Amino acid sequence: MNFSVVTSQFWSLALQGLALGLIYALVSLGYTMVYGVLRLINFANSEVFMFGTFATLYIEVHFLGYDIGAPSLHGFKLVYTLAFALLASMLACAILAIIVEFVAYRRLRARGANRLASLISAIGVSIFLLEGMRIITISRPMTTPRLLDKWSFGEFHGANFRIDTVMTIIAPIIIFVVLDQFVNRSRLGKSIRAVSMSEENSKLMGININRVITLTFCIGGLTTGAAAFLYTTVYENTIFNVGFNMGIAAFTAAVLGGIGNLRGAFYGGIALGMLEQFASAMLGSQWKAVTVFTVLVVVLLFKPNGLFGEAVQQTRT
Amino acid sequence: MANLTRFNLRDKGADIWAGWSRPVRTIFVLSMIVLVGLLPFAASWGPTSFLNTPITSFQNVLVYPVGMFILMALGLNIVVGKSGLLDLGYVAFFAIGAYTQGILSTLYGWNTWEIMPFGIGFAMIAGVILGLPALRLRGDYLAIITLGFGEIVRLVAINMSVTGGPNGIPGIPNPPSIFGLKFDLMHPQIYFWLVVVMILLVVWMVRRFTVRRPGRAWEAIRQDEDVAALMGVNTLVYKLWSFVIGAAVGGAAGVLYASKVAVISPDMFKFDVSILILACVVFGGIGNIWGVIMGAAILAYLPERIRFISESRQLVFGAVLILMMNLRPDGLLPRKKREKITEKRSS
Repeated sequence: MNFSVVTSQFWSLALQGLALGLIYALVSLGYTMVYGVLRLINFANSEVFMFGTFATLYIEVHFLGYDIGAPSLHGFKLVYTLAFALLASMLACAILAIIVEFVAYRRLRARGANRLASLISAIGVSIFLLEGMRIITISRPMTTPRLLDKWSFGEFHGANFRIDTVMTIIAPIIIFVVLDQFVNRSRLGKSIRAVSMSEENSKLMGININRVITLTFCIGGLTTGAAAFLYTTVYENTIFNVGFNMGIAAFTAAVLGGIGNLRGAFYGGIALGMLEQFASAMLGSQWKAVTVFTVLVVVLLFKPNGLFGEAVQQTRT
Repeated sequence: MANLTRFNLRDKGADIWAGWSRPVRTIFVLSMIVLVGLLPFAASWGPTSFLNTPITSFQNVLVYPVGMFILMALGLNIVVGKSGLLDLGYVAFFAIGAYTQGILSTLYGWNTWEIMPFGIGFAMIAGVILGLPALRLRGDYLAIITLGFGEIVRLVAINMSVTGGPNGIPGIPNPPSIFGLKFDLMHPQIYFWLVVVMILLVVWMVRRFTVRRPGRAWEAIRQDEDVAALMGVNTLVYKLWSFVIGAAVGGAAGVLYASKVAVISPDMFKFDVSILILACVVFGGIGNIWGVIMGAAILAYLPERIRFISESRQLVFGAVLILMMNLRPDGLLPRKKREKITEKRSS
C-alpha cells in the first residue's frame, strides 16, 4: 500500500484515468447498446476493437503512405489526416460489426434460439477474427507512425496536459453528447429505445426490428472504431490480441455503470479508468485487475443493476 | 436442411432405450464401457487408425484435452445446463484443484489420493465464497462476476510466491499406483481409464441429482426463478448447491490434471479455457449429459486432429462453432423436448 503516491500524483493519475476511462467508455458502448436491444453480450466486440486498431494502422501506413519513421505532421494536413483515419476506422468497425450481427446473431434470432447459442456463435466469430489477424500479422506487434507530435499544453499540479491526452478526453465527450441526443431525440433513437423496452410491442408499433438491431450494431461499431483510433494514436502500437483486455475492461465498465444504459457506460468507463490508475499506483500494476473486479463485486452487491442501472429490482435473464 | 436441424437424436435414443429390457440395457452399458476402455488402443489398430492425431500422441490427447474437457464440461453443465446460471469463470475451480495438488504434493509430499478430497474441498469452498455474493445477481451480471473471479484466481497465482509466480510449479509427482496400475508418462492409457471412471461417477451423480429434489429445484429455477421462489423453492440454496457441485467436479479434474502433466503454470488457466468448456456444453446440447460428453469430445479432439494445418486450426475451430450454432442452435443432442423452454425476451 502506497498512499503517498495518491496524494502526490493525484491530478496526474486522475487525468490519465479519465483519458483511459473514456476509451473504455467508447468500447463499452459496443456492449451496452447491443445488450440493451438484444439482451446478449456481444462477445465479438473486443475483436471489432482489434480490427479498428489495425484499420487505423493500415489507413495511415498503406493508404496515406506514412512510414514508421515519417515526420509528424502539422497544421491543416495533420487535422485532415487524423480526421480521415478516425472516420476510416469508425467506418471499418461499423461494417465489421454489421457483418458480425449478420453472421452470428441474425439467423439464430430468426429461429428463436437459446441465448447461449448466440453467445457461442459470437465467441466463434471472435476466435475466427482473432486467429485470422494472428495469421495475417504473424503474431507480431505492430507500431504505428507518430503522426501527432505530442506536445504539451502545460502542467497542472503534475498533470501533464499532452495533446493526445486532451484529444482522448474531448473526442469521446463529443461523441457521447451526440449519441445521447440521437438516442433520446431522433426517430431512429426512439425506435432503439422502444425495442430495448419491448420487442413485441415495438413490432406492433410498426418498427422494423432487424433495421433497429443493425443500427445498434452499427453505432456500437462506430464508437468502438473511434476508441480504436484514439488507442492507436495514444499508444502507437497494436497486436492481434489487443482486444482481449480491452474487451474485458469495457464489458466491466458497462456492467459497472449498468449494462444497457448509455450514460451508465459513460460513467462506468470513467470510474473504471480512474480505479485502474489509482489501484495500480497504490498496489502495483499486477494487482490492478484484482482490485477492479473486487470493486465490481462490491458495487454489484449493493447495487445489483450497476451504478446507473434500471430501477427494476432484479434484472431478468 | 430442415430435417438436419430438427432431427433430435436424443429423443430417438431415449425411445430405443425405453424399449429395452433390463438385461439388454446392462449388456449395452457394459459393452459401451469396454469399447471406451479400449479407445487408447484405437490409434494403433488398423480400421480405427484414422482417429490417430498427428504430432501429439493419441493416448495423451485422450486424457487431456478430451477426458479432462468431458469431465469439466459435465461439471459446468450442472451450473449452466441444469440450473441455468451463466458461469464464465469455471476454469478457476480447475486451477484451484491443480494448485492444491501442486502445492500440497511439492511442499508436504502428499500423494494424489490424499490430496483429492482437499482439492475438491477447496474448490467447493471457493464455490461458496464466490457463490454467496454472486448468486444474488442474475444473468449477465453473474457472468461478469464469475469471469472476474476466474481472472482473479489466475492473477493471484501469478503474483504469489507459494504458487511459483508466472513460472508455476514444476516437479509435481504422478499419482502412486493402485491395483498394480502404474501412473507414469509411459502409460497415458491408465490415466484415461481413471478419467473414464471419474466421468462415470459424475454422470451417475448428475443423474441421481436430476431425478431427486435438487434436480427438480434446478429445473424450476432454470425455467423461471421468480415462480420457483414463489412455489417455495429456496432458490439461493439450490443455486449455491449447483454451483458448489460444479466446482467440486472442476476441482477434481484440476487435481488429476496437475498430477498428470507434472508442471502447472498460470498460463494454463486462462479465460479461453472457461470459454472453451462453455462452448463444449452449448455445442453438445445444454443440459443433456450425453450431448455434453459428445460436444466436449469433439471440440477437444478436433483441434488436435487437424493439427497438420497448425497455423489455421483455431481459425477452423471458430468457423466450426459459428456453423454449428447456426445449423443446430440447440446443440448436437438437444435436451428432451419437455425440458425446453421459451425464454422470456424482455423484462
